[in-house]
Parts: sequence; C-alpha cells; structure tokens
Amino acid sequence: MAKPAVITHPESLKNPAGPSEYSKHPVNSSLTKEAKIALYTKMARIRHFEQRCIRVYQQGKIGGFLHLYVGQEAVAAGTISLLGKHDHIITGYRDHGHGLMVGMGMKECMAELTGKVTGCSKGKGGSMHYFAPDKNYWGGHGIVGGQAPLGTGLAYAVKYRGEKGSCFTYMGDGAVNQGAVHEAYNLAALWDLPVIFVVENNGYSMGTSQERSTAHPGCLAKRAEGYNMAWDVINGHDVYEVRAKTAAALKRAHEESKPTVLEIFTYRYFGHSMADPDKTYRDKEEIKEYRDKKDPVFLFEKELLAEKVLTPELVESINAAAMEEADAAAAFADESPEPTQADITKHIYWEEDNRGKNSTSSGTIIFE
Amino acid sequence: MAIISYREALRAAMRDELKRDENVVIMGEEVAQFNGAYKITEGLLKEFGPKRVVDTPISEAGFIGLGIGASMLGIRPVMELMFWSFSYVAFDQIVNNAGNIRYMSGGLINCPIVIRGPANGGTNVGATHSHTPEAILASHPGIKVVCPATPYDAKGLLKAAIRDNDPVYVMENTILYNDKGEVPDEDYIVPIGVADIKREGTDLTIVAHGRAVITSLKAAEILEKEHGVSVEVVDLRSIRPLDEETILASVRKTHRALLVEENKPFCGVDAQVAYLIQARAFDELDAPIGRVSSIDAPQIYSKKLEDLQLPYPARVVEAALKVLA
Ligand SMILES: Cc1ncc(C[n+]2csc(CCOP(=O)(O)OP(=O)(O)O)c2C)c(N)n1
Ligand SMILES: [Mg+2]
Repeated sequence: MAKPAVITHPESLKNPAGPSEYSKHPVNSSLTKEAKIALYTKMARIRHFEQRCIRVYQQGKIGGFLHLYVGQEAVAAGTISLLGKHDHIITGYRDHGHGLMVGMGMKECMAELTGKVTGCSKGKGGSMHYFAPDKNYWGGHGIVGGQAPLGTGLAYAVKYRGEKGSCFTYMGDGAVNQGAVHEAYNLAALWDLPVIFVVENNGYSMGTSQERSTAHPGCLAKRAEGYNMAWDVINGHDVYEVRAKTAAALKRAHEESKPTVLEIFTYRYFGHSMADPDKTYRDKEEIKEYRDKKDPVFLFEKELLAEKVLTPELVESINAAAMEEADAAAAFADESPEPTQADITKHIYWEEDNRGKNSTSSGTIIFE
Repeated sequence: MAIISYREALRAAMRDELKRDENVVIMGEEVAQFNGAYKITEGLLKEFGPKRVVDTPISEAGFIGLGIGASMLGIRPVMELMFWSFSYVAFDQIVNNAGNIRYMSGGLINCPIVIRGPANGGTNVGATHSHTPEAILASHPGIKVVCPATPYDAKGLLKAAIRDNDPVYVMENTILYNDKGEVPDEDYIVPIGVADIKREGTDLTIVAHGRAVITSLKAAEILEKEHGVSVEVVDLRSIRPLDEETILASVRKTHRALLVEENKPFCGVDAQVAYLIQARAFDELDAPIGRVSSIDAPQIYSKKLEDLQLPYPARVVEAALKVLA
C-alpha cells in the first residue's frame, strides 16, 4: 500500500499542468471514448446544477442551508464512476454531487431543495438529506461525522450477505475529529470491513483552516495507521488520479475485505454554505488560484481535448445541454406542488404507512 | 437602558462576565476567529484574547466533556453549541457527567458549566438540525435549563447561568437573535427559576417559553381585538427550576389555562405543567387545560409545511377559543 510522506495540499498539487500521469493507468486507459465523454458530462452536470442552485437560492426559493460542491466534482465523479452493483455510498450534507453521480435526476434534486412533494425526499429532507437507496445512495447526513458508523454498517451488511461489495463513506476534513469517526475506523479495521473512508479535504471546515482544527503528523489519512488500515492521498483535481487510486482501495475491499482511508485534496469555490459570506478566513487570491489553475472540470476537459476524445464543439454542446437540464429542473421545481399538512405525519413509522400489514404494535403513536 | 438585540444581549452578558471573573472561558466551534456562526461572540476574541475565547474542532463530546472537567477545578466554561441538535453527539457528557457528578460525589464536586446555543425549528434546516431538547434535558435532576424569549431575559439569564454553581443549559432561538428590546447597561441578573408575566389578563392564562412566548403574545393581541378576551401570558423563562407558584397564581386568577410550546407533545414541558395545574389547582379550573405544541413528527424541511408544524398565532387563537368555550 502506498504511504507517501506528504504535507496537505503539497506544492506539486499547485501546478498540475500537463497531461495526467494517470491517463495510462489501466482503469483509465481501458475506458472507451464514450465512457470518458460520459464522465466529463457528469462532472459538467454537477457544476451546472450547483450553479443553478445559487440562482434559485437567491430567488428565495431554497430555505435553510445550501452547501455547494463546486470545485470538488472530481472527487464524487472519480470515485463513484468505479462503483459496481454491490458498492454503496454515504456522505455528509454536501451531498448533491454524489446524488447526481449515482444517477439521481436534476428535477427531483432541485424540487427537494425547494421543499416540493416531487423532491427526492418528498420535501422532507432538504439539501442536506438526499437519499436514493435504489441507487445504493444512503444519504445525505446533516450531523458532522454521523455517517461514518453508518457507512461502516453498510459495509458490514455487504460482507454479512456474502456480496462482493463495499461502502464509500465520505466526510470532510473537519469531520475527522468526531469521536464517531474514530470508533468507526477501529470497527472497520478490527472486523475487516470493506469500507472506504473518503476524506474530502477542501482545506476548511467552515471558517477553520484544516491546520487549525487537526493535530496531524502530515496528512489526515495517516491516522489510518493508528488503526492498522491502508491509506493513500490523492490529487482531487485530477479525476484520472482519483479513479486510479480509488481502484486500488476498491480492490482491497472486494478481494480482501479490508478498509482503506483515502484523503482527497480538493477545494470548494463558494462559502461553506450560502449563509457564509466567505470574507474573512481565506484570500480571494487563493480561490482564484484554484479556479484558474486546478479546476477539475476544466482540467479534465483539457485532458480529453488533448486526447481528441472531446472537441470544442462537443464541449459546448455538453455544457449547453447541462445548463438546459438545470433550467428545466428549476422550472419543474417551480411548478411542483408543496406537500400538504397531512404529509407531515406520514413516513414516521413503517407500521403507520402500512396499516393492516404485519402490525406488531397498537396504541397511540402520533400525539396531539 | 439601551435598545439592543437578543444577539447583542447575549454578547453583553458574556463580555460582562469575562470582565468580572477571570475564570470565565468562552469555547466552541467558530466562536473566536470567525466571530461565531451566528455572530453572538463577535469581537470577544479581539477584546479578551485567545486564552479566554477559544475555537474548538468539531468534537462536541470532546470539548464539552473537557469543559465539564475544567469546571470541576473551578473554571467557568461557557460552551457554544452551533445548534443544540449537535449536543446529541455529546449526550453522555451533558447528561451522565455534568448531571451526575455532584450527586455521585456526595456533594464534593461542583460542575459550574454553561452550555448555550440555539434550539429551535422554523428555519428550514431539516430534522437533524431542529431539535428542542429542553424537556429531555430538564428531565434529569442535576441539570438546570433556561429558555429566554427576550433580549432582557437573554442577558439576565445568561449572567445568572454563568454565576450558577451547577450545569445550566441555555436554549436560544435563531429566529429571536435579531429581536430588539430594552436592556439595562448596568449589572443585573434574571434569577433562574422565576417566571415572568409578559402580559396581564383575566380570562385565560397562556403558559409558554422561548419563541412560543412571542407567538402567544401575538395570539393574545388577536384574542383581545377580535374576541374581546383578556389573556395573561406567563413566560416560564426557566424550565428547571420551574416557577410553580407564578403559574398557579395566574390560573387561580383566570380559571382557564392553555399551554403553548415548540416541543413535540410527548412528555413536553407542558406535560409537567399540566400535571402541576390539575394537581394543585383542580378546583380552580373552569375548563380542561388546552395545549398547542409542534405537530408530532420529525421536523419537516419544506418551508410552508414547517411553518404549519410549529405553533403559530392562529393555531393558538383557535386552541384558546376552545378552552374559553
Ligand atoms: C456534530 C456537528 N457539529 C457541528 C456541525 C456544524 N457544521 C456543519 S458542517 C461543519 C464543517 C464541516 O467541515 P468539513 O468536515 O471540513 O466538511 P466541508 O464542509 O468542508 O465539506 C460544521 C461545523 C454539524 N453539522 N454537526
Ligand atoms: Mg472541509
């Protein structure tokens, strides 16, 4: 297993100019032209969906918190593009990118944000609580670190059922300091569970730089050593690198039923959420540097143009289509109805939603 | 006397206490360099420095437990929770450690910790971020819980909490942070366990706490104007200790009671208040006690629906008219 001694956001990541050294990695070189275009398209769709969300939020149609994924697309895209039938995913509240990657529709995602009954959670969950269990996507979790034990449990269930699968369990660089994460690490290693913890290190937890939140000897992934787990660090601006290194972790999960911690260096372009004015804790220059030189969507676009997989015309049409799809999603959300008052007390108990079938309890369960 | 916001009132309380007692320490996520997620602690780092105003990692069980430990040696930590909903990852510390240490040591150890932060729905942040745990926490002897509804009470109760020698959990409300009111500049406290009559009346007693007080006051206006009913609004301010006498005195005057709270109904604060009234003022009642709480479901995200899930003035008016019928 790879154990490079790196410092977070190493210098080498700052100028990833030129073609990706991972383009020749079998997991990437084996991709068909169509698959590469599809991967690029998915990244562009995340970008345009999120940018459309900003406008809908500014129109006052999205309540509560809105945490954008812009800048981090290659993480969800690279990892989830490898997932097979028995591979599952779970993440925190910055969950739109993962949702679109597993195949959720922009319409149901946008309608959830505006609290409509046509939303993926029927308007009950909101931005932080997307779910699509039919696509092996188990959320969307609002409490920092709370998903880590759940992801470990999903991996446990996969192993229990004798399936060759895994659970990708995403969290931020701030989440690694939750006790639940450490308990999950230990269980995963102790019981040889096929879980892949993906630390999306975007450098900040709200207004706190990663250096101010975490005592660490070099990188966050290295904490895996304390639990006898494999780990690796990844340049999250290069989707090919994300795929190449994730593939090794996936193989370890599938073939040895062993956990891995992957730390993926990435960056968010907008504030922590739309409520964060983002004026105090980082330089505008720093954001510009990432946007200009390390944008994951743009870098992949350049890569595929050089490979002659994409053409400028194709790039334009893919982006235009993604924008149109996002517009249509916003219109769909506008036109969709709100839930009704009667909906408030639905979906609390299985038994209430399925009266008459296999009841095992009676008595008052919803109170006035 | 100045007109300041609920937010400024909380900040003023912390500033006063930081000045008054060198053992007071402010701690929490984003409280120092970022000036607070809700800007409650704005400027305190600059004024008091990093020894007194401390940013923590996102480790609630760790830093709250640490605060409880430090309080046993005489430090007076004032811990901010970005939301009381996040207290659930620190529940063992908050309940088992803070709530039991004095009792289990036979009175040898004090735990003068304050934990404060918002506990409310109404801002569309969904079920995980909208808990109102005042009833859950107040059900543990050893713990005190207060819920200020106005800037005056926010400052006075927080100062009292910081000076208290037991754990005091202060539950605020993000929707009230910008509310303004008269607050004295000079030192004062609102004693913990003293309710306040926020509006006097003769026909009906409404008992409420936190933002439900504001909702009830609006309902009382409507009841007066549109129905000619004179409503008394009792603001509990403190959940435990509970000012039983003020509640009973009001009910003895009006003979009718409506209980309003943002909690879900099951074992809410009002369940305790209703028991009290029927046990000690049964003969005074001219009608069954009425109740308005949140609709019994995890908090819904959808904005319009969440507004219906919470108590709102029209619902309070309707329930009041039933009690008055
Ligand atoms: C237990 C808990 N504490 C605090 C919060 C508030 N909160 C939400 S996100 C966040 C920062 C998390 O940062 P990080 O883990 O780096 O993820 P990122 O937002 O950068 O994706 C905080 C403090 C929460 N949701 N849950
Ligand atoms: Mg982060």
